[in-house]
Amino acid sequence: MQIRVPLRIYAREDVRTASKMSEPDMVLKSPRPAGGAREQDLISSVQRGEHESFYELVRPYERRVYAAALAILRNEHDAEDAAQEAMLKAFANIRQFRAEARFSTWLIQITVNEALMRRRRERIVVMEGIDDRRDGGRNEESEYAPRDFADWREIPSEALERKEVRQRLAEALATLDRKYREVFVLRDMEHLNIQETAQALGITVASVKTRLLRARLMLRDLLAAGWEQGWFSRLPFEKGTKPW
Amino acid sequence: MVNRVTSCEEVWREISNYVDGDVDATLRSTMDEHFRTCQRCASVLAGTRNVAQLYGDERMLEVPAGFSRRLEKRLAQNSAGSGRRWSSWSAWLIPVAALALIAGGLQLTNSLTRRHQVKSPLAVPGQNIPADLVVVVSSGAKIFHVPGCPFIHDKDSERTMTAKEAIHEGYAPCARCLRKYLKTSLTGKPGMEVAEGVSEGEEEREELVSASAH
Repeated sequence: MQIRVPLRIYAREDVRTASKMSEPDMVLKSPRPAGGAREQDLISSVQRGEHESFYELVRPYERRVYAAALAILRNEHDAEDAAQEAMLKAFANIRQFRAEARFSTWLIQITVNEALMRRRRERIVVMEGIDDRRDGGRNEESEYAPRDFADWREIPSEALERKEVRQRLAEALATLDRKYREVFVLRDMEHLNIQETAQALGITVASVKTRLLRARLMLRDLLAAGWEQGWFSRLPFEKGTKPW
Repeated sequence: MVNRVTSCEEVWREISNYVDGDVDATLRSTMDEHFRTCQRCASVLAGTRNVAQLYGDERMLEVPAGFSRRLEKRLAQNSAGSGRRWSSWSAWLIPVAALALIAGGLQLTNSLTRRHQVKSPLAVPGQNIPADLVVVVSSGAKIFHVPGCPFIHDKDSERTMTAKEAIHEGYAPCARCLRKYLKTSLTGKPGMEVAEGVSEGEEEREELVSASAH
């Protein structure tokens, strides 16, 4: 079975350039980790045959690798195995990595390829297809009207300190259809850009944008509903304020 | 919820791109104005941005307990496995190669130093006999001689050959005519010339040696 390894992935031109940002505070800042000189040194070491440096090289990305695999396979055991296998393939093909690419993106793309290959092999897609039909027959081209939650309050990031909140968010994500979940995870959690996401999943840029929009709006609705159901009722709100 | 600048549906369609900063300045300005006047769309914007920020947080990337340890172990096994593959080769390859070298060495040594089986177990092998020395052998005997040696038996069946060939065929040097090449207890050292005035007794002993070789 042929291993798909992205040979050349060029670092993107960040669309969020200063000239385009009329209101910088309104634009999300992607926390894509920069590799830095240390990472480049480690890559060079491994490419020269110092294999013991490989774990140090990939350790900062192990959680992202696992999350990418989990988004596609939806099973913790399979995701962990796929993540490990992807790491091994990255190790085996480290000489193919080119410095103009971002190592993390290269690693994530190998992981996505591995997970997609496993899903095809294990026919998980059949079950996913059934899940997708539960979506009420909506297709990604149809308009999605977000629910009217006029009293929506943003969930402060401090809430993520609570495992229960993280669990709720993970559960909400898991309810998304596969096609939306994959794009959302790669784009908003793995911080791949639009083109990289499209390339990794083998879909068009337009599809990435459409699916990402739908995923974000659906999650927003799910979280708002969770808000109403008291998911976040024990959040440390400021004294005198109430979320309802 | 009608806005005079643009409709809510149009805003929703572009809201994800707006959050990513992937809209041109004109559209951004239009949407900004819409958000200022439309509470619902402002709520959708806040929620969309909140979703991206929450899920984009590193803390959302959780792995099962022991994930790191298991990953490190598997990578180490893979690395060691590469080494083991080499070790498994070397484990049998090196001894086999060593044995082959030893065997080859022995073979070479034997080919250079092996003494041919002499026809007589009592014969005394020669030392430093010139290989191209012309000698004669005769059938029924086990000794080769310098031509004309009086101790040649059955002279009718004489055959002439070189000393090397004779040795190859298992013949031993005559203790009389080739005594100077013999290492015997009588001469002491190989190649020692027999003194001219050798005693009769010594000659008798030498004949005994030669006879025993016969």
